[in-house]
Amino acid sequence: MRLMHELSDWLDQRLQLGAPIRETMQHPVPRDTASWFYVFGSAAMTVFALQLVTGILLALIYVPSAGEAWNSLQILNHQVTLGWFIRALHGWGSNFMLAIVLIHMVQVFLFGAYKYPRELTWIFGVFLLLMTLGMAFTGQVLRFDEDAYWGLGIGASISSRTPGLGPALVKLLLGGPIIAGATLSRFFALHVFVIPGALILFMALHVLLVLKLGVNEWPMPGRLVRRFDYLQKYHALTRTDGVPFVPYAVWKDAVFSGLILLCIAACALYFGPFGPSGQPDPRVIQTAPRPDYFFLWLYALLSLLPPALETPVLLIGPVIALIVLLALPFISGEGEKSWKKRPIAVLTILLIAVALGTFTNLASHAPWSPVMDAGTGAPIPLKLLSGRTPLQIQGALVFQSKQCHNCHALGEIGGKRGPDLDAVAVRLTADQLVRQVLQGGGNMPAYGNNLNPAETTALAAFLGTLHPSTQAKAQDASRMSEAQP
Amino acid sequence: MSVPDGLSRRNMLLRLAMLFNGVVGVVLGIPVVRYILSPVTRGRQSGYQSWISLGSIDQFPSGQTRLATYRNPVANASDGETAEIACWVRHTDGDHFQVFAINCAHLGCPVRWFPQSGLFMCPCHGGAYYADGSRASGPPERGLFEYPFKILDGKLQIQAGEMPTPGLSAGNRTKRPPCA
Repeated sequence: MRLMHELSDWLDQRLQLGAPIRETMQHPVPRDTASWFYVFGSAAMTVFALQLVTGILLALIYVPSAGEAWNSLQILNHQVTLGWFIRALHGWGSNFMLAIVLIHMVQVFLFGAYKYPRELTWIFGVFLLLMTLGMAFTGQVLRFDEDAYWGLGIGASISSRTPGLGPALVKLLLGGPIIAGATLSRFFALHVFVIPGALILFMALHVLLVLKLGVNEWPMPGRLVRRFDYLQKYHALTRTDGVPFVPYAVWKDAVFSGLILLCIAACALYFGPFGPSGQPDPRVIQTAPRPDYFFLWLYALLSLLPPALETPVLLIGPVIALIVLLALPFISGEGEKSWKKRPIAVLTILLIAVALGTFTNLASHAPWSPVMDAGTGAPIPLKLLSGRTPLQIQGALVFQSKQCHNCHALGEIGGKRGPDLDAVAVRLTADQLVRQVLQGGGNMPAYGNNLNPAETTALAAFLGTLHPSTQAKAQDASRMSEAQP
Repeated sequence: MSVPDGLSRRNMLLRLAMLFNGVVGVVLGIPVVRYILSPVTRGRQSGYQSWISLGSIDQFPSGQTRLATYRNPVANASDGETAEIACWVRHTDGDHFQVFAINCAHLGCPVRWFPQSGLFMCPCHGGAYYADGSRASGPPERGLFEYPFKILDGKLQIQAGEMPTPGLSAGNRTKRPPCA
């Protein structure tokens, strides 16, 4: 023990860090902030530390070469002892880090912590969010499988739409004319050197500002932030009702961080690592690329936006979002902090959460994507075939062989790109069915060139049988009047 | 030792030293920027496009659309399989071909050919194209990208080398009449 003491004295005489560290640990924070609501920032830092350690461990085996990366992931998963577990920790750590960063941001926003004098803390926080997203995207690329390959294609296609600079941006992004070795190398450099370096720098500045300016006090409805007296009031609060940061506040941080690490380990153990899916071979086109969980909302947005709006929204949307986030502390740098008195702030968060949640949920079904193998893999339900005439059965064959099933569901089986056809005969008359099939329309391609008259007649006959027994078929009113005497 | 106007000899020397470092920085910065921009500038100097063979035209029966692959003309050993690019070859009749990029004109996903329905379908966001590559439905704003082709010694050659993207002026290529 005495030896330890002497060693620490020896070190402190040279480093002289003891006093500033003690001062930081004991700096007074408002008593209310020693709260379970204030643990997310430190948890994000803890998970980042986990990512650093597991990232370095993965780099011991991973080969950042387009020809070798996928194989090295297989070696990690199957040959290296517990390689799968380190990969799983890193993958789940990434998801947890993004989630915690987002929760931290929502908490800071709802507690008004971005207001005077903590504007710069918020701005650095926005940068940290962007970098965390950047790490998630580049990390998804390093898991160099078919999803990563085609995901890069989507990234390149989006960048190419930038007016004037598009083609140059694509080559800068890919490091050449195609997605290949240079692309993986530069994403490796971004994921391992550039973004983490910037992240550590901004994280240090972010924490420094928290220490310099003090932890945001618990917002009280009606206690307004005003530039001329906020600092005085804050210091008065920490003097009269302050507690030392260590141990009053920090024990909750430590417990929560530990809990999160435990959750990550549990997910890693139970669910295992993410992928890799198929090899990044552009010749293998039997694939349906999907982004990782946190980019699913973007996948939905890209499918659902009207084509004409897509480029403006993709290129201008992020810029506007960034400007709004950066301008926020300057637009509302003073005034009410409590979320109880800021209904628009609460509604904004709810709106964004509902929108992102809806998009993410939609993207997990992807109703806009044709089911590429429904024509061969999804049979027509028997009840829709029984009791049909030979012509109608022939029509069902046409339906199946012409891949109508890829976009249209029958009995809940098949694609959702077009409307379900279980009751199509209620909506369309026989003539309208033929017209729709031959000429297309709405979002449906025209099949006129690919169906001979016999096939068309059979298909229309089959579709004409698709109506519930309780609902009559659609009839052409003009024909009906002809038929009547 | 300070002088009355506030600019001491030492301060002057410091400013000169900063200026000197600034000049050195610019001198070093130019090659760094050129290095970073090399994937872009190389394209301007010699271009990435070149003529490559997809093999004998006998492999592409008249009236059919088939998948063909080629190794990208600009490729390194470390590129592995990523340099192997696929494309769809449609042989209409005689010397008339259409060679479509595998990449959807929306966001680059691989389109698949369904001969029975005569459609190319994209698995990502639901784009669909007719047999001649023109847009049928979905989010794409244009038809499939087409490679210029020619037939040399009974071999089908295409001009390729760059991933086609919506922003690349590949749109002009489709308007160009196929050169035989």
